[in-house]
Amino acid sequence: MRRALPILAVLVALLTAIALVNPHFLEPAGFLAFLKRAAPLVILAAGQYFVIVSGEFDLSVGSLVTAEVVIAARLIDGDESATWPVLVLLIVIGLLVGLVNGVATTKLRVPSFIVTLGMLLILSGAVFLWTGGAPRGALSEGFRVFGRGGLGPVPWSVLILVALGAAAIRLMRADFGKTLMAAGDNERAAALSGVRVDRVKIFAFMLSGLAAAVAAILLGGFAGVSAQVGQGLEFSAITAVVLGGVALGGGRGSVPAAMAGAVTLEALFTLLNLYGISGALEFTVQGVIIIAAVAAGAIRLPWKPTPRRGDAHAAS
Amino acid sequence: MPLLTRLREPTQVVFLALLGLVAVGWALVALDGGQFLTLESVVGIQQRSAALGIVAIGQTLAILAGSLDLSVAYLISLASLVAAEIMAGQDGNIGPAVAAVLAISALVGLVNGLVITGLRVHAFIATLGVALIIKGVVDHLYDGPAGKVPESFQVLGYSRIGPIPVSALLWAGVAVLAWFLLSRTRLGYRIYAVGGNEEVARLSGIRTGRVIVLTHVLCSVCAGIAGLLLASRLGAGAPTVGTDGGYDLESIAAVVLGGTALAGGKGGVAGTVGGVLLLAVLDTAFNQLEVNSFVKDVVRGVVIVVAVAVYARRTVGRPA
Amino acid sequence: MPRPEAAIAVLAALLLAGCTTDRPTATTQPAAPATSAQGSGTGTQSKFFVQADFDAQLAMRSQTPQGPAAKPWEQAIDPKMIDTAQYKKDGPYHLCFSNAAVNNPWRQVGWKTMQAEVALHEEIGEFTALDAEGKDDKQISDIAELQAKGCDALIVSPNTTATLTPAVTAACAKVPVIVFDRGVETDCPVTFIKPIGGYAFGADAAEFLTEKVPAGGKVLALRILPGVDVLETRWSAAKVVFDRSRLQVVGVEFTDGDAAKTKSIVSDYIQRHGTIDGVWMDAGATAVAAIEAFEDAGLPVPPINGEDQQDFLQKWKDAGLTAVAPTYPTYQWRTPIIAALKILKGEEVPERWNLPQPKVTGDNLADYLQPDMPPLHYALCGCEDLPGFPETWGGKKG
Repeated sequence: MRRALPILAVLVALLTAIALVNPHFLEPAGFLAFLKRAAPLVILAAGQYFVIVSGEFDLSVGSLVTAEVVIAARLIDGDESATWPVLVLLIVIGLLVGLVNGVATTKLRVPSFIVTLGMLLILSGAVFLWTGGAPRGALSEGFRVFGRGGLGPVPWSVLILVALGAAAIRLMRADFGKTLMAAGDNERAAALSGVRVDRVKIFAFMLSGLAAAVAAILLGGFAGVSAQVGQGLEFSAITAVVLGGVALGGGRGSVPAAMAGAVTLEALFTLLNLYGISGALEFTVQGVIIIAAVAAGAIRLPWKPTPRRGDAHAAS
Repeated sequence: MPLLTRLREPTQVVFLALLGLVAVGWALVALDGGQFLTLESVVGIQQRSAALGIVAIGQTLAILAGSLDLSVAYLISLASLVAAEIMAGQDGNIGPAVAAVLAISALVGLVNGLVITGLRVHAFIATLGVALIIKGVVDHLYDGPAGKVPESFQVLGYSRIGPIPVSALLWAGVAVLAWFLLSRTRLGYRIYAVGGNEEVARLSGIRTGRVIVLTHVLCSVCAGIAGLLLASRLGAGAPTVGTDGGYDLESIAAVVLGGTALAGGKGGVAGTVGGVLLLAVLDTAFNQLEVNSFVKDVVRGVVIVVAVAVYARRTVGRPA
Repeated sequence: MPRPEAAIAVLAALLLAGCTTDRPTATTQPAAPATSAQGSGTGTQSKFFVQADFDAQLAMRSQTPQGPAAKPWEQAIDPKMIDTAQYKKDGPYHLCFSNAAVNNPWRQVGWKTMQAEVALHEEIGEFTALDAEGKDDKQISDIAELQAKGCDALIVSPNTTATLTPAVTAACAKVPVIVFDRGVETDCPVTFIKPIGGYAFGADAAEFLTEKVPAGGKVLALRILPGVDVLETRWSAAKVVFDRSRLQVVGVEFTDGDAAKTKSIVSDYIQRHGTIDGVWMDAGATAVAAIEAFEDAGLPVPPINGEDQQDFLQKWKDAGLTAVAPTYPTYQWRTPIIAALKILKGEEVPERWNLPQPKVTGDNLADYLQPDMPPLHYALCGCEDLPGFPETWGGKKG
């Protein structure tokens, strides 16, 4: 947990700063609203964590989110009875995209950066090819309830977030987590000690695809169909994970820290918005804070030699 | 140098693929009732690839050293604005404008390099952070195209000598310089060494940090040159020209399409030139056939993944 | 760098964020001494604002357009006709089109409409269209490439006004050029086609709010992004109207056209101000998200403007909103084809072809609401009489 300390300190500082301007933020309703908004990014970050800790990248999640929302709208087309079958289909598509990413990375030995960059292009092209350029159809109320509604005062998205977060933590405590960590830390050593590296990595990509599917359901539910819904989410998710002290290149960091990183990022957006920092300079502040936070978190660790990042593809 | 002989292979693949693509494109366009390689389309291919080509050369250097640069797109926008603002339509200001752009680019590269080596931030995050910083500054200062490029500077973007545009000559010049640097100088050798295995390079006495910083400075300067070129094409600076062109991810895609390993240490400039041309010919063929942009994205995605998979197969198939 | 220094860097960054607390929190436009005195909260005027154009556009709204009443895409307001005999030639014609992009629903609907219009005319032997995918540099290459294809006329929908000017100027020397939607900074095109324009759009919406929102009411202005001339004009006109009114603009925010961001921003403002009495938008794509923010907060939806997209019109009807929808009609995509043919036949065309720009109001809402069309379809496509309607536009036969 030591690695998570800087991010928790930053998070507390940000939350305090928000509460100073907006006391409503500390009330249950205000805080739940904040968590509801953060939930999709936190879930994406949890999914991205599995991929990053195994030593890979997933750049396709943003366009996967967009694709999922557009697919849902076209297939449901306002028809309530189609809600559940489509929800199941979205999850399957998410897993399938992850499977393809994972197989291409491990079996074809293409760096995941490239595989998922290709997938990004393919998904965004294919889905708009199918819908003729712009989203069509509409989501049903039953679909939207997950992102919009709640169980009493607690938004569904927060409940889903808690459930998935708990599942992710359990998963990392189980054998899978240990082998995943080992595969990311030193792939060859892990393989020699009997870890089926390819299989764990493929599974990690599938988890990321699953997370993207869930995030798409929440985001589509929150604000409806939009062609921009997933824009830039891949970078936000990776940033969030790294903010949480998870090392790019694999083998280090924890799920709770990655999720805390996502909450921090969302808190940062909220804070900048609240303080009304001139629209544009917001990005500058964001850039400085990301670099500074990662520098603060990374400083104690031995600098990882570069080749480990590419063990999978530098096998020659 | 065994390192250098080994990387010839993907380069051959990419140029063979380029030839194949030209043949297929020619056939398809002919079936469609058109002519593929007219003077205009040859000029178009070069014009289309010059800016991306120059950025990709710089990106090649960063990637060879085991790093990468996601800040180039925003830097290009910034460079185009700085150039057009300083020129302000006056011929006499071209010199200072070019100097200012190169200085600012070098500075951005220096920051990238120092954040990566000094603060030990992963290149992905470091350059993403710097990208956000530049974006903030650009968006804060400009809310639309600004400045004016004098006619004489537009020669860079529009004139050509026979079938070869000036911009392509500039690209070729940058490529030759980078090739010379990589294959004929000690720095080039060190770049391969650092990218191949940083720890080993360090142990053999190379100041690895300095090498990485230098490649980032060169990479950013290339982006700055691309910004100048785009400013001359547009006649003004534009805050979105870099991001609209997607020069960050596209330049990385072109580099790996050219056979350079993303992990660093293997590859070279020739492959990158091939990769950029491949993307440009693909674009031109699509343009001629009026294929819609969504199909293009799908094909581009598949081509990139398949190409890199082919390179990986070939490397794996050989005894190490 | 040892750890404490890095931690200091983080703190410094946080301080940087904290330092700006003394800034006015509402406006995104910093440094607005001139207008803060007026207290309207609208910030400084856009550098794109041109008073003469503003006055002209506002005047055009009440002028009666010339041309066939049932075909607004053939009408022109106050046209100054020019002779085109020099371009006259025999068919069949080869028309070329350099398109900025097809990356949003507005351009999608327009592009389909244009293709259908082309199909109507037998005298068009060939129609070549290149999509610049939103890249200025590609559009410059595209225009150069099209000139080599033996086009009889070139239609350009510029991606950016200033940066496409050199390329269009070069093309003018070779073929008759028709520009529509965004303009270019040269008079060389034969005709420039556009609806009345952004000032009229922005003013229509702002005037509606000044009418419906009680004096002193809090208005939130939502913009997509800065720096696009056709959007800057919308906001700058609204600013003029709001500055004259007794409304209080509590915020001007950029949404990037993203529904989730829009909904979050509106929710934040509701939370901060308790209530918002009116919402002004420079484009309608995210209007429904803004409306939902009020619904989810359990508040009545205040007067709001959207655009002529079906999802907004449907919501308007279902929820009985107090709303207005100024438009930037997609039927303008038909006009360039008609203009090109007129020019090639030597018939005169208006030098600046100002198309009428109707607005959807509570009274005529039913005319524009088409439940069988997709939610993001624009009602003013003028495409109902074209072959392939409604399927080509994604609709169902009603």
